[in-house]
Amino acid sequence: MKIKLKVWRQKNASDKGNFKTYDLDDISEDMSFLEMFDILNEDLVKKNEDPIHFDHDCREGICGMCSMYINGHPHGPKQTTTCQLHMRSFKDGDTITVEPWRAKSFPVVKDLVVDRSSFDRVMQSGGYVSVNTGGVPDANEIPIPKKIADEAFDAATCIGCGACVAACKNASAMLFVSAKVSQLAMLPQGQVERKSRAENMVAQMDEEGFGACTNTGACSAECPKGISLENIARMNREYLGAKASSDNL
Amino acid sequence: MSWFSSAMSSTLGKKVLMALTGLFLVTFLIVHLIGNFQLLANDDGQSFNIYAKFMTTNPVIKTTSYLLYATFIVHIIWAIILTLQNRKSRPVGYAQTASNNSTWSSRNMGILGTIILIFLVIHLRNFWYEMHWGGIPTATYDGSEYKDLFSIVDFSFNNIFYVLLYTISMIGLMFHLYHGFKSAFQTLGLNHPKYNNLIKGLGYGIAIIIPALFAAIPIIMYLN
Ligand code: HEM
Ligand code: SF4
Ligand code: FES
Repeated sequence: MKIKLKVWRQKNASDKGNFKTYDLDDISEDMSFLEMFDILNEDLVKKNEDPIHFDHDCREGICGMCSMYINGHPHGPKQTTTCQLHMRSFKDGDTITVEPWRAKSFPVVKDLVVDRSSFDRVMQSGGYVSVNTGGVPDANEIPIPKKIADEAFDAATCIGCGACVAACKNASAMLFVSAKVSQLAMLPQGQVERKSRAENMVAQMDEEGFGACTNTGACSAECPKGISLENIARMNREYLGAKASSDNL
Repeated sequence: MSWFSSAMSSTLGKKVLMALTGLFLVTFLIVHLIGNFQLLANDDGQSFNIYAKFMTTNPVIKTTSYLLYATFIVHIIWAIILTLQNRKSRPVGYAQTASNNSTWSSRNMGILGTIILIFLVIHLRNFWYEMHWGGIPTATYDGSEYKDLFSIVDFSFNNIFYVLLYTISMIGLMFHLYHGFKSAFQTLGLNHPKYNNLIKGLGYGIAIIIPALFAAIPIIMYLN
């Protein structure tokens, strides 16, 4: 395949940055999107040019590290991660525009790499269970209905990639934060810190400068894990309920 | 900061206020629409003028109207605050964005609201201001004197530009409610498979029927 790549190049956080165009002639449609970048980068290194910096780790769709805003979609045209996107999703001769995630809370580090530590700080503010759970209990000791277990698991499949923020016109992190709040609010282990978790995670989300939700649904439509908007409604309930009834006066 | 002000100043709290004021405005629209039907009564405005006097003098309605003014102001100011905050959350935009991941109306609530706001200012100046403080002609029914608001409305609705403005604004309102009604329930955390279809259907019905009937009245009066 022949591909024309229009890629955002930016030397560092303070550089203004601009698009640069690269022509690739010999791309296999079985390559993943990141493998195409590997080929391009090898070429750039041979030519003594600065390779294009991008984030990646597992390359199997589970770590959430890969980013890239491709042709107007986070992770490209398919509802998956960039590492799991293949060149067969494009046509021979296509021009592909690749940009970094854009959000005040995800500042560009270099080229396509953005700093997503704002997500880490939201997690640190309450996305955990700190009670000592002791040894492994008997499987039947803590009864949880299958439906609840499934819903909690679905919420827990969020990989923290930030595509929801990238897709949202308001750069809102509601889908991510709501998945994390929901996952623990539905299970018995999460009850002890249930209210403070909702309060603190929302406060930290606001602190980081993410936008407010206008319920466009773009986040869920683009989320590689298909996290549902029901989680956002649940977080709204959790937060308002916690604010009205928690011990935190 | 007290728990209440911290809740209300969070992004979630601000949205809750948008949703509650928005839904209150929907109930106002329904009442307003029912009143407007009397414009079509074909009695030279008698029933409409009597109704208008009742609406501006009855103490319960008057008190509710102050709540309504406050609701509008809060809805508009909070809309501006949220829209600006949301803009600030993405200081550098994308070169290319997709539009197939969400509805147009959901992405343009600010623009749609602005259309409604422009309409509101003109509408209030022409009718509400005239009714309260304007030099308005009077009509006498059964020996009592009434302000003849009907003649003012009738005059405006014979102006094609006013009818067009009215119709375009109602299309704006249509899209605003098309997204806004169901969005308000989601904001309030009311999302449950038992009711979601009902809320959606009700929202689409309200979004289409209310503005369509509002717009039908000036169109009918213009054509007559
Ligand atoms: C009769 C008039 C109006 C009605 C019935 C109405 C109704 C609503 C409803 C039900 C919502 C949904 C709330 C939510 O998403 O939770 C909403 C949102 C909104 N309204 Fe209105 N509205 C009216 C007038 C206006 C005006 C005049 C403005 C403009 C300045 C405006 C601007 C907005 C904006 C920007 C939103 C989205 C806010 C957000 O989701 O963050 N609206 N409206
Ligand atoms: S909710 Fe979806 S898009 Fe957002 S961080 Fe989690 S996996 Fe990524
Ligand atoms: S590199 Fe891990 S999800 Fe893509």
